[in-house]
Parts: sequence; structure tokens; C-alpha cells
Amino acid sequence: MSLKIVVLAKQVPDTRNVGPDAMTPEGTVNRSALPAIFNPEDLNALEQALRLKDQFPGTTVTVVTMGPGRAAEVIREAMYRGADGGYLLTDRAFAGADTLATSYALSTAIKHVCPDADLIIGGRQAIDGDTAQVGPQVAEKLGLNQITYVEEILKVDTQAGKLAITVKRHIDGGAETVESSLPCVLTVNGSAAPCRPRNVKRVMKYKRCLAPMELPQGTGFGDLPYAAEYEKKPYLKLGQLSCADVNADLQQCGLSGSPTKVKAVENIVFKAKESKVLSGSDEDVNGLIQELLANHTIG
Amino acid sequence: MANYYNDIKEIKFELENSPLMQRIVELKERSFEDKDQYDEAPQDYADAMDSYDRVLDVVGNIVANVVAPNAEAVDAEGPHCEGGRVRYASKTYENLDAMNHAGLNGMTMPRRYGGLNLPVTVYTAANEIVSAGDAGFENIWSLQDCIETLYCFGNEEQREKYIPRVCKGETMSMDLTEPDAGSDLQSVMLKATYDEENQCWRLNGSKRFITNGDSDIHLVLARSEAGTRDGRGLSMFIYDKRDGGVDVRRIENKLGIHGSPTCELVYKNAKCELCGDRKLGLIKYVMSLMNGARLGIAAQSVGLSQAAYNEAVAYALDRKQFGKAIIEFPAVAEMISNIKARLDAGRALLYQTARYVDIYKALEDISRDRKLEADERAELKQYSRLADAFTPLAKGMNSEYANQNGYDCIQVHGGSGFMLEYACQRIYRDARITSIYEGTTQLQTVAAIRYVTNGFYSQVIGEYAQQPVSAELETTKAQVKTMAEKFDACTAAVKEAGDQDLLDLCARHLYEMAADVIMCYLLMQNATKSPELFAESLRNYVRLAESEIEKHNCWIRNTLKG
Repeated sequence: MSLKIVVLAKQVPDTRNVGPDAMTPEGTVNRSALPAIFNPEDLNALEQALRLKDQFPGTTVTVVTMGPGRAAEVIREAMYRGADGGYLLTDRAFAGADTLATSYALSTAIKHVCPDADLIIGGRQAIDGDTAQVGPQVAEKLGLNQITYVEEILKVDTQAGKLAITVKRHIDGGAETVESSLPCVLTVNGSAAPCRPRNVKRVMKYKRCLAPMELPQGTGFGDLPYAAEYEKKPYLKLGQLSCADVNADLQQCGLSGSPTKVKAVENIVFKAKESKVLSGSDEDVNGLIQELLANHTIG
Repeated sequence: MANYYNDIKEIKFELENSPLMQRIVELKERSFEDKDQYDEAPQDYADAMDSYDRVLDVVGNIVANVVAPNAEAVDAEGPHCEGGRVRYASKTYENLDAMNHAGLNGMTMPRRYGGLNLPVTVYTAANEIVSAGDAGFENIWSLQDCIETLYCFGNEEQREKYIPRVCKGETMSMDLTEPDAGSDLQSVMLKATYDEENQCWRLNGSKRFITNGDSDIHLVLARSEAGTRDGRGLSMFIYDKRDGGVDVRRIENKLGIHGSPTCELVYKNAKCELCGDRKLGLIKYVMSLMNGARLGIAAQSVGLSQAAYNEAVAYALDRKQFGKAIIEFPAVAEMISNIKARLDAGRALLYQTARYVDIYKALEDISRDRKLEADERAELKQYSRLADAFTPLAKGMNSEYANQNGYDCIQVHGGSGFMLEYACQRIYRDARITSIYEGTTQLQTVAAIRYVTNGFYSQVIGEYAQQPVSAELETTKAQVKTMAEKFDACTAAVKEAGDQDLLDLCARHLYEMAADVIMCYLLMQNATKSPELFAESLRNYVRLAESEIEKHNCWIRNTLKG
């Protein structure tokens, strides 16, 4: 048995180590001040996919990511760790997408590159938006089952002649084991197994992989150093898809496909007057209890 | 994100800034003949260097994120013996798993066996980096380099059987020491007998102090010639754990490198294969094995020194006394700059040695496939001699430095350093073995002294002195030249006395003088190319070395007076 797996991954600004210049004065993310990284939970998702690949030889793991040219770094990173290849979904028409438009674009891309995928796995959520909506929406658009908050894939087997998956899923206060037929969509938690490191042989093999979008304007693969390599080794050219390539409806893409509107961004600064300094004395603690009881915060 | 390779600029400098590197890559890659057959093989020199950089980046990442964070738990738990088998500390398996996923095994082996075909110099860097994270784990992981000996002396069938397994992550050990055969391996008594019925060799007896003794593939030194008592009766054997017959009787309780199981082994009619020719076990194969292992210990020592430096600096910046960080006090700052000076000087010696080893090993490997040209033969001879002369210097000096640096690191920590809560105590304990195993410093001196008396070190020093240095370093160069003259004068005086016992007595002093001068010159070259990285270390190291040389000079003069 071998599986066809699509991993959804996103390049995100590293919001875990935020410095004072992380936001622009206008209240948007200052992307130049934050390094671009592989969304952490997408790495957990990739690990689950790679474990199935270890278990079922012949399984393919294909990464799909949406973003500008530099987002192809995510595909290379996944290939260094064991993915077979990937596609960069990139088009001006996709710009400004909210989770709905993103899910639409990703689902059209999946239908295009891997219509017979057995599994689509992504991280629970991205650290720049924290919505956890994209995975579930992709499942809806593809009409597939979905299992969210996945901790571990327990098994994939054939039940009554059909492929099925058994998954341990995180729930409030514990875990539950659920089953689904395949194909289905999984979103994986950050508490799942961490992703394996890069494999050095793969790093050496794939280090020159590039998406066309990454090439300097007006140049082709033939203009690169080691140009002959790109002719000899087609895998060095990463897949790239535009809106037209995946037959996406422009109305549902990017800004026009995004019902989410940002009304305003407010820069909230906690001021000292909103805080109170208490010592650990019995007197202060009793005072605080009385106050919290009085305003019904507790009790 | 922390990275034990990228964060240490000096390592990258050592890899990239030697005129020998181009030759090493050219020889190791045999003019890049693998490029059409293996997707990961480099196209040219720049491509190879880029790949090495990326490989070490992966090593540095794993060490920072897996190996180093696990070190404390591994040290506390240690391995244990269960029904004749070793169970590593639980986190050791995590470390091994990460290294295996990353494919960091069989690093110097040819690609046709699944190896990475990396130069020894690059493997040495990886070794140093792993050791900086956890010197005990480095022991287990770096025993992969035993495969080098099997590759050099085993037959093709053995190469095909064992090398791919090591490249996939199977571990190795070298079973040499016995209760009555430590430094004196000629006394090895483990019995190897030929089993006519099953057409194979069998091992019977025991071994002691075997690092990672429950490994998958063992290289075993045993007495194949019944009735003999010296080194000429010893042969080397390969024992495959899959065949069974060797059990672990107990694991030693050690001062340091707790993560690494040191085993007592019992061989009960264990089936094994002869590696190479009979009777050459000690005199040829173990010597080669030991030279590789000694370079490994030199790298392990440098990693420990780096760790000592990191811990000392971090603590001295953080700890405030009398209203300021203690690094502000000259007495503390001096300890830290001495650690750094010994670290940088020792590292320069380590990589120079690795490069010498690389050139001769690569040429030797080529000679297995074709006859070398006359100039290649001369090159092989020259570098083989340099490697042989430099290996005991790199091992002995760096292991002594690691001890001193560990000591100073604790001293910087003051009372807190004596408590077990800081990493410095582990570094100090782990460093202690480096000047003992794979030949004590005293035995490194024995291996090196002939290059003192036959003038080889002086000749190399003379060649180093010819290399141009930056204008600012001319004074330093003159200073080092005077040191070299003192070394020559002392050597001449000891030789003139014509007394072997006296020479043995003075050997360690002469050995250190040679090493000090060599390290001064190597560091001077580094400082010429990159003053921002090395000028300060050079200044500090020359000051240290000059006083050391004066000390040895004085000691030898007084000893000669009788």
C-alpha cells in the first residue's frame, strides 16, 4: 500500500521572538524585522506525513504553499527533511487573501496537482494569524472528512475494502481516538511529534532547487550558475502555479474573495494606571479578595 | 536560533582559510568524478565547500536543539546493563535518532557504500561541534570512524557488508583494552582460534574499558597465534553483533562522559571474521585505528574547550559582584582570555593536523585504484609524515588544554561552579578522560619525541617561519622566532648529553615547546588573514607560550646541570 499525501505549509514571520520593531507605526506586521520561518505546526504536520512515508514505501509527500517567491523556501525545507516535491501557488490575484480565499486557492491547487490525494495534512494554525480556519475550510471545499487537533496518526489500514485512518486527537482535558475513511484532511497540533531534522544528503541534492518566481526578473534557469544541472535534473525546478494554472475563479481569490475586512487596527499599550502593585502581605491579599468578590470576578 | 556551527565563526574560518583545502577537495572528490552518478555529489570546489557548510549547519542545528539540551539528563541517567546488553540513557536514543535522520553517519566513506565522502577535516569539525554539546554522546557517535580502518584493511566483501550498515547508523566499537593490557597492547590475550568445522574464527576471553562495547560492529584485537606473547601474534577481527557470542558483564561507573557506556565484555566462542592479514593486527591496523581515534579525541577536546569558554563568558557577563559584572575584573578576564587563547591555538593545530591527514589518506585511497605518479608518491610520503608527527601534538595538547579550560571555567564560576547545577562541572569531569584514553599525554610524547630529535618539527617550524605575516605582526613573529631558537637549543643540549633516560625525562618539555611554537605560527597565520577573529587570541597565546617556553627552558637547563 502506498499513499498520496499533500502537506499544506505556510511561510510566516517568526512572531515568537518579537522585538520592539515588530509592528510598523501603521499597526501592520513589519515583515522585514521578523525572520520568515516554516510555520511551526506545519512542521508537525510534515512529520506525520513523513512517518507514513517511512511506513508505506512508495508514498509520496507533496507540499503546497501559497505566497510570494521567497515562500518556496518552505518547499525546499520540506524536501530537505523528506518531502518528494512541492508547488508554490503564487499570483498577484491571490494577494490579500483571508482564510476563505486562501482555502479556496489551496483547494483548487490540490484538485489540480493531486486530485487523488489520500490525505491532506496541515498544521492546526499559523502563528501569524492564529485562526485555525484554513485546514477545516479546505476540507469543506473539497467535500472531505476532517480531523482537527491531531496528536498522532495511529494507523492507516484497509477496512471493508476501503482505506481508513485512526487518529489520536487532542480534546479538552485529554485525548480521543477517532477513525475516518480516506481521503480526509488532518490538522496537527504543535504538541505532536517534532519534525525530524534535515537530512544532509537531501540538503546536498536539493540545495539548488528554485521556483521560477525566485529567479531575478527577466532571467531564466539557463542564466543561473550550474545552469546545465537544471536541464539534467528536472527536480531542481520547483512546481509553480498561477491562478490561471489551477483554473481558479478570480472573484473568489485574493482581496475580492475575502469577506474579512479590517475596520481598524488599534495599537493597545497597557498603561501603568491600569495596573496595581500589591505586596504579598496578608493585608494586600485580603484586600484583593474583597475587591474581586465585590466586582463579581470571583465568588 | 542557536546553532553550534554558525555561532562559532572560528570553525568556518578554519575550514575555508587554508591553501591546502583546494587540494584536499580535489583529491577526495577525485576531480569530481561522482557528479554524474550521485545527485548529492559536488560539481566543483566551490560547490563542495558550499555543501560542507550546509552539512555542518545541520550538525550545529541538531546539537543546539537536541544534543546539548539533552546533555544534562543523559549525564544524570547514564546507561545501564540489562541481561548482557547495554541500554543507553533514554535521551541518548533521541540524539541517535536525530543524527540518523540527518544521515550523519559514515561521513568520510565513499558514496558507493552510502557514505557522504566528506574530508576528515569536515568530519573533525562535526566532531568538535557534537562534543561541545555533549562530549559523552560524541564518544558513541564518533566511533563511526572505526569504519575507516575496516575500509582500509578489510576485503571488498567486508566493505560491502559492513560500510553501508554504518552509513545507515549502526554503531561501532574498538575492542582493544584488557585488564592486563592497557597502554601495553602487546599483552592482549583474548584468544582467536580457527574453527575448522565451521570455517570461521572464534573469540574467547574478555575485554575491559570498551567504549560503547555493545555496539553493532566491533573491531577486535585478539591473539591468533597460539604461544606468542608479543604484538606480532595479534590480529584484527570483525565481530558482528547479529552473530551473537559477546555479552556485557558490567558497565563502569566513571567520573565523566556518563552518556558513553564503558563495558567489560565476555566473548564466548563468538564467531568473527579476520580483517586484513594475520599478525598485522597491532603493528599495522591498530596503529592506524589509534591515529584516527587520537584525532577524534583532539576534536572532542576542542569541543569541550569551546563549551568551557561559552559557559565561562556567559557566567562572567551575568554575575555581578561589587556592583559590576565579574568579567570587568582583570583577574577574571585573564582566565577567560587564556581559555580563548588556548582554544583558538589548539583549534588551529587540530585543523592543520586534520588537513595533513586528509591529503595523505586521500592519496593512499587513490593508490588502491591506480599507481601513483612520482610527485604524488612524494606528496603522500610528506603528508603521511606530517600527519604522524602532528597527531600526537594535537591530541596531547588539546586534551591538556580541555582540562585546564574546564578547571578555569569552574574557577570563573566561583562557589557556584563547585555546585552541580551549572554545566561547567560536567565539562570539567568530561574533559578529564581526554588526556588519558587513546594514549595518555605521556604516550603522545613517546609518539612525538622522535620528531623532536630527528629535527622534523624544527624543519616544519622553519617552513612556517617563512610564511609572510601582516605588518602589525612582524614584532610577534620575531618574538616567536626567539622561542623557536630556544626550542632548538634545548633539543641540541639534551641530544648532546647522549643519555636516553635524560631524554625521556625531558621529552614532555621538548614536546610542549615544539607544540607551543607551532601553535604560535598557526595562530599568526590566522591573525594575518582575520585580525578581527584572532589578533587578540594571538597576543594572549604568544604571551602564555613564551612564558611556558621559558619555564621548559629553565627546567631543562637545570636538569642537565644535574
